[in-house]
Amino acid sequence: MFTRRSDLQLEKDTLGRFLPWLISFMVFLSVLALAGMLVLGDLAGRWDRGMSATMTVQISPTTHGDTELSLQAAKKKDDKSRRAAVTVLKTTSGIATAEPMGEEKLLALLEPWLGGGIAAGDLPLPYLIDVEIEPGAAIDMATLENRLQAVAPGAQIDDHGIWLKHLIRLIRSAEVLALAVLVFIGLATIGTVIFTTRTGLAIHQDAIEVLHLIGAQDSYIARQFASRALMLGLKGGALGLGLALPTLWGIGYLAHSMQGGLLPDLSLQVQHWAALVMLPVVVALIAFVTARRTVMKTLAAML
Amino acid sequence: MDGTDCVVRFENVGLRYGLGPEVLQDISYSLAPGSFHFLVGASGAGKSSLLRLMYLALKPTRGLISLFGRDIATTTRDDLPALRRRVGVVFQEFRMLRHLSAFDNVALPLRVARTRESEIQKNVKELLEWVGLKDHMKARPPTMSGGQQQRLAIARAVIARPRLLLADEPTGNVDDRMAMRLMHLFDELNKLGTTVVIATHNETLVDRLGHPRLRLDGGHLHVHPGDGRTDAA
Repeated sequence: MFTRRSDLQLEKDTLGRFLPWLISFMVFLSVLALAGMLVLGDLAGRWDRGMSATMTVQISPTTHGDTELSLQAAKKKDDKSRRAAVTVLKTTSGIATAEPMGEEKLLALLEPWLGGGIAAGDLPLPYLIDVEIEPGAAIDMATLENRLQAVAPGAQIDDHGIWLKHLIRLIRSAEVLALAVLVFIGLATIGTVIFTTRTGLAIHQDAIEVLHLIGAQDSYIARQFASRALMLGLKGGALGLGLALPTLWGIGYLAHSMQGGLLPDLSLQVQHWAALVMLPVVVALIAFVTARRTVMKTLAAML
Repeated sequence: MDGTDCVVRFENVGLRYGLGPEVLQDISYSLAPGSFHFLVGASGAGKSSLLRLMYLALKPTRGLISLFGRDIATTTRDDLPALRRRVGVVFQEFRMLRHLSAFDNVALPLRVARTRESEIQKNVKELLEWVGLKDHMKARPPTMSGGQQQRLAIARAVIARPRLLLADEPTGNVDDRMAMRLMHLFDELNKLGTTVVIATHNETLVDRLGHPRLRLDGGHLHVHPGDGRTDAA
């Protein structure tokens, strides 16, 4: 399939010498686009799974009275309604666990916005219950919310659905955009190889005619162009990958260092790295097939 | 002679370039296997065009051409390389691949035919020695003289032992001694069964060898029997 010996002096083609650089640039962009696509896909998948498996029940504290007596009465009433809400959740079919969130955890969640040094009594904090839903369970949220409100007035269910759906839709759109970028880069690579090959055919027209006249098959000539395109593709691809990997590492490092609870985990998995490393090979194969098809098609028009 | 036995057969062939006048008109002739012909005519008479039709570099404007019994008009493109491998051509302007060595140029017809490399090495060296280019195997054509390039072109044309050898002015750049030596090479090939057509304006050489002549004049072909065989119909 491949040949190193060439009867045509393809290595002297000026345009051919630019091909590895063009391919390296395209592979560089492709690796970044593919990495983005893979990370976003992974993130959306994780959130999607999380969204359907958890929810939070929020119970607002009762308005405090002015006197010590009324304060204690309100707290007592709140504790009672909270316990009742947890009981309702635990006895509901389809709910795996219902764990009240401690004040320390609640304050830790607020720390990035409000800073440290806040005591539980400083703010009228809501009472939160983390709920895990059994896989595949279908819970009627409206009915459950009514039952909760019957025992704990003001109780609300937040199944993260609305904002998470928007976020996932945004991520999916970014994924489609990255895929479109990949497709455009692929098309640009094909176009570049076609142009370079056609130029090569024009430059070597005389030698190609001689090869034909001594009995060379079109495939014999096409193999020489295709092998050359493959080698240039691999060379350019390796260069592009060599530039893209440190860039990805740099982006990953920056993302990791500024996460602080604000950004989700954006790291690539082993299979993602494998896909990225395979990209130059795929691009080189595209160059090989494109060059071969271009030569075969062009020569078919000759005698 | 049955038309299917002929190596080459032309029937009412005409050729024009673009919208110009016909350079070849109503050409009809056939070449028997193992025949030897000179193709003569004044400069511009159409000798090279006739050869180009024979080695399938051109399609005729009209008429029928058959090569080794195959009608060219109905031969598919995929079948052309196999036909061309049976034809050796010495081009007037040599048409060597400039970046390849003399050895690799001569080896080309064997390589496109996927001959074993050991066989290529043996045969090419032997032939280059025979045409006096033993010491120029690694030389590239641009560094060689006109005569050396001509011998190289002849070596490339005959290396695969073609059944039909077409040569366009093969002795134009060599001295008389080398010209006779090359003619003997063509003669040897002819004796081994190769059909030979040599286009030349060297009437002395033609007279000396006495083979039949195909004379082109005003776009028409006239066949003149030689001293010995008269294979042209």
